[in-house]
Amino acid sequence: MAQSTTLQPTAATTDFADAPRSGTWDGGNEPFRASYGKLMMWFFLLSDTFTFGAFLTAYGLIRHKHGVYTGPAKDFFFSTAHWPVPEKVFNAFPGFHGVDLPLAFVALMTMILIFSSVTMVLAVEAGHRLDKADVQKWLLWTILFGSMFLSSQAWEWSHFIGGHEEPTIMADGTRFFGANLAMNQYGPPLFGDLFFFITGFHGTHVFSGVILLIWCFIATTNGTFEKRGHYEMIEKIGLYWHFVDLVWVFVFTFFYLV
Amino acid sequence: MATNMTGSSQAQGGIGTAAAPATTHDDHLHEHDHHDQHWLWKYVFSQDHKMIARQFLITGMFWAIVGGALSSLFRLQLGWPQATLGWLEPILGKWVVGGKIAPEFYLALVTMHGTIMVFFVLTAGLSGTFSNFLIPLQVGARDMASGFMNMLSYWFFFLSSIIMFSSLFLETGPAASGWTIYPPLSALPQAIPGSGMGMTMWLVSMVFFIVSQLLGGVNYVTTVINLRTRGMSMSKLPLTIWAFFLTAILGILSFPVLFSAALLLVFDRSFGTSFFLSDIYIAGQALPNQGGSPVLFQHLFWFLGHPEVYIVIMPAMGMVSEVLATNARKPIFGYRAMIGSLIGISLLSFVVWAHHMFVTGMNPFLGSVFMFLTLIIAVPSGVKVFNWLATLWRGNIRFTSAMLFAIGFVSLFISGGLTGIILGNATLDIQMHNTYFVVAHFHLVMGSSAFFGLFAGVYHWFPKMFGRMMDEKLGYIHFWLTFAGVYLVFMPMHYVGIAGFPRRYYAWTGFDAFSQFADLNKFISTAAILAFFAQFVFIFNFFYSIFRGRRATQNPWNSTTLEWTTPIIPGHGNWPGEIPAVYRWPYDYSKPGSDKDFIPQTVPYSATPESNLPYEQELSE
Repeated sequence: MAQSTTLQPTAATTDFADAPRSGTWDGGNEPFRASYGKLMMWFFLLSDTFTFGAFLTAYGLIRHKHGVYTGPAKDFFFSTAHWPVPEKVFNAFPGFHGVDLPLAFVALMTMILIFSSVTMVLAVEAGHRLDKADVQKWLLWTILFGSMFLSSQAWEWSHFIGGHEEPTIMADGTRFFGANLAMNQYGPPLFGDLFFFITGFHGTHVFSGVILLIWCFIATTNGTFEKRGHYEMIEKIGLYWHFVDLVWVFVFTFFYLV
Repeated sequence: MATNMTGSSQAQGGIGTAAAPATTHDDHLHEHDHHDQHWLWKYVFSQDHKMIARQFLITGMFWAIVGGALSSLFRLQLGWPQATLGWLEPILGKWVVGGKIAPEFYLALVTMHGTIMVFFVLTAGLSGTFSNFLIPLQVGARDMASGFMNMLSYWFFFLSSIIMFSSLFLETGPAASGWTIYPPLSALPQAIPGSGMGMTMWLVSMVFFIVSQLLGGVNYVTTVINLRTRGMSMSKLPLTIWAFFLTAILGILSFPVLFSAALLLVFDRSFGTSFFLSDIYIAGQALPNQGGSPVLFQHLFWFLGHPEVYIVIMPAMGMVSEVLATNARKPIFGYRAMIGSLIGISLLSFVVWAHHMFVTGMNPFLGSVFMFLTLIIAVPSGVKVFNWLATLWRGNIRFTSAMLFAIGFVSLFISGGLTGIILGNATLDIQMHNTYFVVAHFHLVMGSSAFFGLFAGVYHWFPKMFGRMMDEKLGYIHFWLTFAGVYLVFMPMHYVGIAGFPRRYYAWTGFDAFSQFADLNKFISTAAILAFFAQFVFIFNFFYSIFRGRRATQNPWNSTTLEWTTPIIPGHGNWPGEIPAVYRWPYDYSKPGSDKDFIPQTVPYSATPESNLPYEQELSE
């Protein structure tokens, strides 16, 4: 749109002895040395921070309203009377049926997502060097890790929905396996509600990110950015990707660690 | 008076030298050179900020008529509870039952009146119009940072409008649980008819509205940061731009929280979750939902809801500052204090939300913290009011229509602000909460004030928007009818409220305590309906002047800011030649020593040695 080139001082303006001031914030330039597109991404991420912030605040307040299990860890049992202990809920690993591996799988998922951030950085760096082949390579890795994370989340969800070996005897005496939005075997209904809602909302962000990265990969392959002379689009998508990773760190902390 | 102002166009030729050299072809605008644009791209899917601003304005005016008409309907019910309203049947159909407005429909009326006025008129219609129109023109930019996203912003708003408007025609009626849509009423479709499809469409509409706000907001902020012309430092920005800039930041940070609340509510309504629901019996049946908290919704809602009232009022404050300084022919008093107070209000707006919730069972200690923070807002608000008054003090005032509305704004803001101090006290709020006192307070301080700011803006910038002048006589008539109307409606409402008269009640005839207010209510209703019809003077003036108004000159108000250096009807790209550079602040009115009573921002100090202050003289050498 309004390119910065249109704002450059030209000879026509020096008729007066006092040229307009030209400091960082005096106009006619980009005070943060960032294009409008990058600034927009930053402001969008700030906005999204507040969306997630609201969800995590809601999580905190609702959890605070619920009971806490205070007995010894080995005697822990699922009940709607207290919030579950994450180690007891998330202790399965694909291929290790019946083995108690608390938080092992989610740790792997987190590692995968962090790796995807590393490859994303490498893609951005390759973009700075205008190295098309390298950009493609690292984008592909990022897409792969992103998709792996999503697949892992799908497994995690299906296991959460399917439930543990042992059913929980609910308040009305029925036996219940797994979870849905109305009730779950692990604890109060809101434990399941919040888990589905917040990890789902985050997963939607990762999914959108993967779609954007695939679009970037296609555009890179078609030489769109090469013709443009810069790979700034990759940088902008990269900002988004790192943000989504950072949010996961908080989601992970809230749901699995505390 | 009117002839004096508009006749002084020769002043433009004086020292406004940097204005727009007439070049036949604009070589700075390769991208925009579509001289033969199809009308569809020029008028409908336009990416030009000026066209988008006009689209927002006219959509906002449509919504204002709808919102005003709804309020007239419920004022009929409140003023004449015994009257037979069968004559409304052709319009309202089965919502009039036996000559009476149906109680469910009454709730829908107040809900939709609030929603429409707060979001569709005073958020989208006000800052959508003027942020779009004025930011590029006043900072000296060709257009918004991203014209495409700007266009999307309008069309998301349009989509949101279509959905909200359609919901008025649902068989079960539109949303009816108040504009604050508190659960559980809004969360349970079986609670009232309006919580069914009407509420669903309300939520869907608001999601698109929030998307529109976000697209607009990031655009406004980045345009102000990156696209200011040479010399336009942050301390040379007109106060309008500061206001729009901070408003956009508030929107970016607060609307996402409403988005969160709306999404959680959608899940509660449609997918069986219990985020906001617990321990509910409805029609004798216990609901299975356990563990949620309706107060959580209120926290999330008001985290948006409170900054929202500043989103509504700050653009009006900015425009009023500009109009007051221009028409008092004086620099705005305390320019930096004005910026500081805007920043102060913006920061405080995020930490006062729970003053809407003093009586919801919140911890009283928390209430006193929020009370303390709320009352601090009186400080920056007071700074602004005194600065406006000091700007008027001994000014060479030109009573244009815009100026009248700007002065009216200051008056309403004071009258409404004083009752804010009362309501901000948690103990007093126990008596006042949810009464007509609250209704009177916020209608004066933010509803009517923001409308007055909007009118001031339209009258003042109409010549730049349409190249013609609005009629001053009709403007005066509009002003006095509206100004008198607003006070006649809302002053008596305070008394009704102090007596404990609750808001949102369909009928008060069953309460002995309130029967003495029958006359007062009739009076309020009469004034409200008359004030509503007075707005058609404005509507007529607006549309008549677009086509038949007197042609505007380039700088009809002898103003200093950049938008008046563009051609009378700026084309795509705003300035045909190079964008002018800026040398001075925007308020050099009646500067001692100068032979003109205004010096545009584009005039360097070296051209005005006769009026330079010592440090300015140094800058010019």
